[in-house]
Amino acid sequence: MDNLALTIAPLVAASINAGTPLMLAALGLLVNEKAGVVNLGAEGMMLVSAITGFAVAVNTGSPTLGFLAGAGASMVLSGFFAWLTVWLGTNQYATGLALSLFGAGASTYIGLKYVGNSLQNGRFGIPFLEDIPVLGPALFRQHPMVYLSLLLCLAIAWFLYRTRAGLVLRAVGESPASAHALGYPVRRIRLAAVLFGGACCGLAGAFLSLVYTPLWVEGMVAGRGWIALALTTFATWRPARVVGGAYLFGGITILTFHAQALGVPVASQLLSMLPYVAAIVVLVLISSNANYIKLNMPASLGKNFNPGA
Amino acid sequence: MSKKLLCAAVCSAVLMPALAAAPAATPLNVGFVYISPIGDAGWTTQHDQARKEMEKALGSKITTKYVENVPESADAERVIRDLAQTGSKLVITTSFGYMNPTLKVAKQFPNVKFIHLTGYKTAPNVANTNARFYEGRYLAGVLAGKMSKTHVAGYVAAFPIPEVLQGVNAFTRGMRSVDPKAEVKVVWVNSWFDPGKERDAAITLIGQGADVVTHHTDSTAVVQAAEEKGKYAIAYHSDMKKYGPKAQLAAVTHHWGDYYTKQAQAVLDGTWKSSSTWGGIKDGMVRLEGVNAAVPADVKQFVLAREKELVAGKLNPFSAPIKDNDGKVRLDKGVLDDAALTKMDYFVEGVAGKVSGK
Repeated sequence: MDNLALTIAPLVAASINAGTPLMLAALGLLVNEKAGVVNLGAEGMMLVSAITGFAVAVNTGSPTLGFLAGAGASMVLSGFFAWLTVWLGTNQYATGLALSLFGAGASTYIGLKYVGNSLQNGRFGIPFLEDIPVLGPALFRQHPMVYLSLLLCLAIAWFLYRTRAGLVLRAVGESPASAHALGYPVRRIRLAAVLFGGACCGLAGAFLSLVYTPLWVEGMVAGRGWIALALTTFATWRPARVVGGAYLFGGITILTFHAQALGVPVASQLLSMLPYVAAIVVLVLISSNANYIKLNMPASLGKNFNPGA
Repeated sequence: MSKKLLCAAVCSAVLMPALAAAPAATPLNVGFVYISPIGDAGWTTQHDQARKEMEKALGSKITTKYVENVPESADAERVIRDLAQTGSKLVITTSFGYMNPTLKVAKQFPNVKFIHLTGYKTAPNVANTNARFYEGRYLAGVLAGKMSKTHVAGYVAAFPIPEVLQGVNAFTRGMRSVDPKAEVKVVWVNSWFDPGKERDAAITLIGQGADVVTHHTDSTAVVQAAEEKGKYAIAYHSDMKKYGPKAQLAAVTHHWGDYYTKQAQAVLDGTWKSSSTWGGIKDGMVRLEGVNAAVPADVKQFVLAREKELVAGKLNPFSAPIKDNDGKVRLDKGVLDDAALTKMDYFVEGVAGKVSGK
């Protein structure tokens, strides 16, 4: 039993750590998509925020400033994205893809000077709780951002389903024309949602370069932005399911590593495609089911709205 | 006539004959195509270092040009053609996926010489080359075997292709040559480059008893993880000492400088011929370097002695008997030939796990 507990604690701790960047980004994208805007630029925004956060943390010695700078850089990009899609009416998918490619190049350029630097991560822990056997090492020795991301999930769920502003935001995502007719500023609400999504992707990117792998190298986000996008679909736009999904995907990766090192035969290739397969399955379910609204897909997702028309 | 014009006229009058007299002195331009940004450590870094070594060795006889971060797609062909068109007389393409684009462009430019890395096709004006990285891995294994206290090493691997398997197997055979109890645990990350996963894989392996970890992936994450956890690491591609000053036991590194210099010199001399090269430690293409100061002198000597035997041809990482990790005998006499090496699809005895994760 002792042995089992000893194996499980690091496994759980590593899974939570691996799932956190996915969760942060996916929560932001969820709010984004609830307002009817899909931003495929997540990968690029995460890259830019990873290097911005890292550069600021290296130069100031403050990871907190790094996180703020990461969120800020990503918000600038998402603001640009919102201007293009919401105001100028460009295609959301094409603009998002372009933003992703731009972010990959821009981050490499900004990061030239920072390749080879690394940060020292301190030890974190919640007093008393971290000393509980098994549970302590598994759950209570994480970076503060891990706990903040869980609070963020609660806050988003509360905002979307318990507040009037959340109701309006969802209305904008379901039927922007009706929301507009009722006098709500559809574009500004979408802008706010996209900026929020950008900030969350920024925190996710900064988490990668400041906590998860405390270093900067080109392309270090390595597809996590795309997994986060798949995750919003997989979670059928429910915040709690995003948390579950993120920890599940993080956990599967870590679990395969442990299984492989123990010599358990697992096809790791199969598992790395799981997030995408899951997202496709959900999309198929949604489109084959007339009651898809029950699955929460915002009805005007990806469709631009022009109040003048 | 203004002073400036006069000066220009005088200057050109003096210089013109000098230029005309030495048409043969136009330096040879060598173009390079890199798969990734040059960066600070890794595959492309080593090629760029080689480019600089070549520049140093040949001085004003050559000039160089490079294009970095070229995807292995239609873009590659465009870049290669562009280099050939804009005056490069020797073009070096440094990734497996550039093989067919290189051959295609080479056909259109019979007067330009090409060198392709890690492929298997050649043409009258296309040479290919690769290095026997596994020789360095064997020595690293010997060192790991001498230094490991837990008898367990961890190996973070990208994809189950022959080149990676050669490395895992040579490392394991090296380790077991000094410690018959040694075991190598392998974790596949299914990516050449994902620092997050590489790090998690390394930490997992350390968590399961490995006190030396190594990697066949492209980032420095494994060495950094070992540094953080207070374990040893064998770096790959480049010397990664600065990422893990205490952790790095040694690094298995690539060196193309001499080869490039010789090839460029041959082009200058007009003696260049297409060839196929698979060079190892003897040819200076692979090295074990950056050895940790914590390695005792006698261990260092021991590894150096093995290296000498390897260079002299007295030691081969893949000499019989070779058993795979299911107990099947793969070779009962002699040494594995190159054909068998390039088709390697099994783990040798001493490796925990299965090749494809199946």
